[in-house]
Amino acid sequence: MSRQISIKALAAASLIALSAAAPAVSAEVNIYTTREPGLIQPLLDAFTAETGVTVNTVHVQDGLVERVSAEGESSPADVLMTVDFGNLIELVTAGLTQPVQSEALEAAVPAALRDPEGNWFALSGRARAVYLPIESDIEAITYEELADEEWRGRLCIRSGQHVYNTALFAAYMAHHGEDATRTYLENLKANQARPAAGGDRDGARDIAAGVCDIAIANTYYYGHMASGSSGEEQKGWSDAIKVILPTFENGGTLVNVSGAGVAAHAPNRDEAIQLLEYLASEPAQKIYAEANFEYPVNPAAEVHPIIASFGELNIDGTSLTEILPYRARASELVDEVNFDSFEN
Amino acid sequence: MAAGQPAASPCMSTIAGRINGRSKSRINIWTALAMATAVLALLPVGTLAVMAAADTGHLWSHILVHVLPHATRNTVTLLVGAGILATMIGTGAAWLVSAYDFRGRGFLEWALLLPLAVPTYIMAYAYLDILSPLGAIQGGIRWMLGYSSPREFRLPDIRAMWGAILIFGFVLYPYIYLTTRAMFLTQAANVVEVARTLGVKRSGIFWRVALPLARPAIAVGVSLALMEALNDVGATQFLGVRTMTASVYSTWINRGDLPGAAQIALAMLVVVVALIVVERWARRNQRFSHSAQRARPMQPVRLSGIKALIAFSFGFLPILVGFAGPFIYLVWSALKRIEHNGISAAIVRATVNTVTVSSAATVAVLVLGFAAAYAARLRPGTLSNAVMRTASLGYAVPGTVLAIGILIPVAWFDRSLDGLLRNTIGVSTGLLLLGSGAALVYAYAARFMAISVGGIEAGLSRIPASYDQAARTLGRDATGTFFGIHLPLSRTALTAAGLLVFVDCMKELPATLLLRPLNFESLSTLLYGEAARGVYEDASLAALIIIVIGILPVILLARMGTAEPHKAARP
Repeated sequence: MSRQISIKALAAASLIALSAAAPAVSAEVNIYTTREPGLIQPLLDAFTAETGVTVNTVHVQDGLVERVSAEGESSPADVLMTVDFGNLIELVTAGLTQPVQSEALEAAVPAALRDPEGNWFALSGRARAVYLPIESDIEAITYEELADEEWRGRLCIRSGQHVYNTALFAAYMAHHGEDATRTYLENLKANQARPAAGGDRDGARDIAAGVCDIAIANTYYYGHMASGSSGEEQKGWSDAIKVILPTFENGGTLVNVSGAGVAAHAPNRDEAIQLLEYLASEPAQKIYAEANFEYPVNPAAEVHPIIASFGELNIDGTSLTEILPYRARASELVDEVNFDSFEN
Repeated sequence: MAAGQPAASPCMSTIAGRINGRSKSRINIWTALAMATAVLALLPVGTLAVMAAADTGHLWSHILVHVLPHATRNTVTLLVGAGILATMIGTGAAWLVSAYDFRGRGFLEWALLLPLAVPTYIMAYAYLDILSPLGAIQGGIRWMLGYSSPREFRLPDIRAMWGAILIFGFVLYPYIYLTTRAMFLTQAANVVEVARTLGVKRSGIFWRVALPLARPAIAVGVSLALMEALNDVGATQFLGVRTMTASVYSTWINRGDLPGAAQIALAMLVVVVALIVVERWARRNQRFSHSAQRARPMQPVRLSGIKALIAFSFGFLPILVGFAGPFIYLVWSALKRIEHNGISAAIVRATVNTVTVSSAATVAVLVLGFAAAYAARLRPGTLSNAVMRTASLGYAVPGTVLAIGILIPVAWFDRSLDGLLRNTIGVSTGLLLLGSGAALVYAYAARFMAISVGGIEAGLSRIPASYDQAARTLGRDATGTFFGIHLPLSRTALTAAGLLVFVDCMKELPATLLLRPLNFESLSTLLYGEAARGVYEDASLAALIIIVIGILPVILLARMGTAEPHKAARP
């Protein structure tokens, strides 16, 4: 009996000790992200410098939804961040985020780039672009024209199952329907100069190496290569290419977003909101533009001159939300035309 | 899932069983530990099975019509091609350094293991760059042939099936070299001499005697190598070869169909297990028994002059392609990087993390793997055998899928404990296993148990049952026999398994990505993070450290292999 009491007393004492110790611990916020840590670290460092809040991160490539839902209410996650709109919405649909009302966020992020309920906020944008040899005289191209016979055996593209490409094909399906998309994929496959593999930068390298005459790739990779931040070798690749922002025939350029939301069971909810507000603020949006070569979502921040040199960005009218339902079918179509098996 | 090394003959097993049967209490500790190992291995697979039970709509009609034909063809071509190439290189190299003696043989003996330290995804990336039309090699060829631009002349692109087969063959052959060389060293001498006496020509010995003799060893090595190839996602992604494992990923990641991914992964597991069972069944009538006599190393044929040079060149080729090439490439890129940015504190922390977690996992894998194999030796039978095979299941499941199978029960445990303590004494433990990195140790253990169980089982089978009998006759009890005979005599096998497991843990990526705690970077996740945003030069330093740390265990492994025949037979 006395032993039981002493255990209770001990527990109570340690509880008091814990709660007394809590305020002494400096404020912190935990991020689960599918973004490569190197890309967001400058932003997080700036946030810590400004607010004194410590940021802990874990980079989860695949399975963010599974991890956060398995951890349930014990999860230390405060902010959930993804590089792809589809992944962001998956988190929301699985009930892993919570609504946030913040005037600062609403002022910084245009309405189309955030959830009306406040479950998610876009933080940066990247356009699906086309790389061409520097000497090419093509000034404009549509996504549809990439499938033209002119490009037979001349196109470089990464795996059709990569989320950047399934997003593009889903957008195509939203514009033209399933049958046209299947034909489109068959023609794109016939246009491949090499297996659909590797990453977007390989498109630049392969154009420089003469393997292909056109490549589909994201805008910010060019910024990283051309600025020299990725080393001399990649600077050389970017010197061999130029970038065009393609459009859909009856629309604009496909822009995917990276974004974030506050976790449903966030233990540090206030700091989480504070972080999101910071990331959407003008100084942080400048870092997105300057260090990452992305399109800022906050109109107050300007795009990097290298990215601005591609010309005016005319965002496609079909919204990411409208494209989303076509994602899974687009992925199946990629299998159906055997997109990733190189046979040319 | 290591297929068996030679098992003790049935007669010996019975005796061993009877002897040890006297002290049941001792055996029960091993059996209990073995059972626990099997349960730990079964937990993620069972979790996947539960997940797979969900309705997945038209998934299988889609898979059967659109995915299976190509993916199966690609997977089979890759595995058969890489398997044959790795077996040829591994067995050939093992025979070369066992049957012949020439200048440089001592170097080849250990250096042939070096590709073990190179992760396949690094190997693939390095060769993609080395052999790129913009690289020095193609540039040199163009210069010699008088072409000025890669548009005029290019070598064939290695982003193709043949490139993948070459890369996997050259990076995975050491698994086969390791097992077959041990076999040649410990077993071949007597048999080779008998064969010579019976009139088999020297040239025929390799094909008629050595190769059939090495078959169980080849089976173990090949099954380890092929499991690595089958579960790869990095190298095949670089090289544009779409295997079944890639289909598991697109089903899960792109279509949000985790139950479907679990179903495909389990179906693949069934196929792998079936293949291993068939291979064991095909060998059911072969017996490889071992005498208690001191095993003698084979008397190698001395080569000199041009023959020695040719022998050395043959032996050096796999090292050149599988290790020296990517290694020099990485040193060169890492130096450029250090010159530019210096060595970051992050990479030092990642190195410490990697070594710590890999060491912890290695210890866990050795203890549990030993228990599974030892219980099967003490009480041979269907049950203990099944326990041993079950413990090895994790190796045949793709890393990320296995990680999901671990994540769910581990997180459930963490959550329940946290909830319980919060409700009773008001203290939150947070995520005990996930938050501390213990989940990572578990994942590595579940994934690499096969290496340890297979290696230790083989090591124990080389201890003749007559030693047990002698020890017991001389009055040692079960504990005494364990500490006096079995443990010291399996030291070599334990160390070898430990080194292999350690190197594999260091290279592990998918489970580390999913299960690591906050602020935890290992060398492989650091490498992946940099490579994912296309900054390969930054990644090269992490890759180089993985390889350099891996070299030490690999050299130890090789030295041990040479010493083995002499030590193993000394009670």
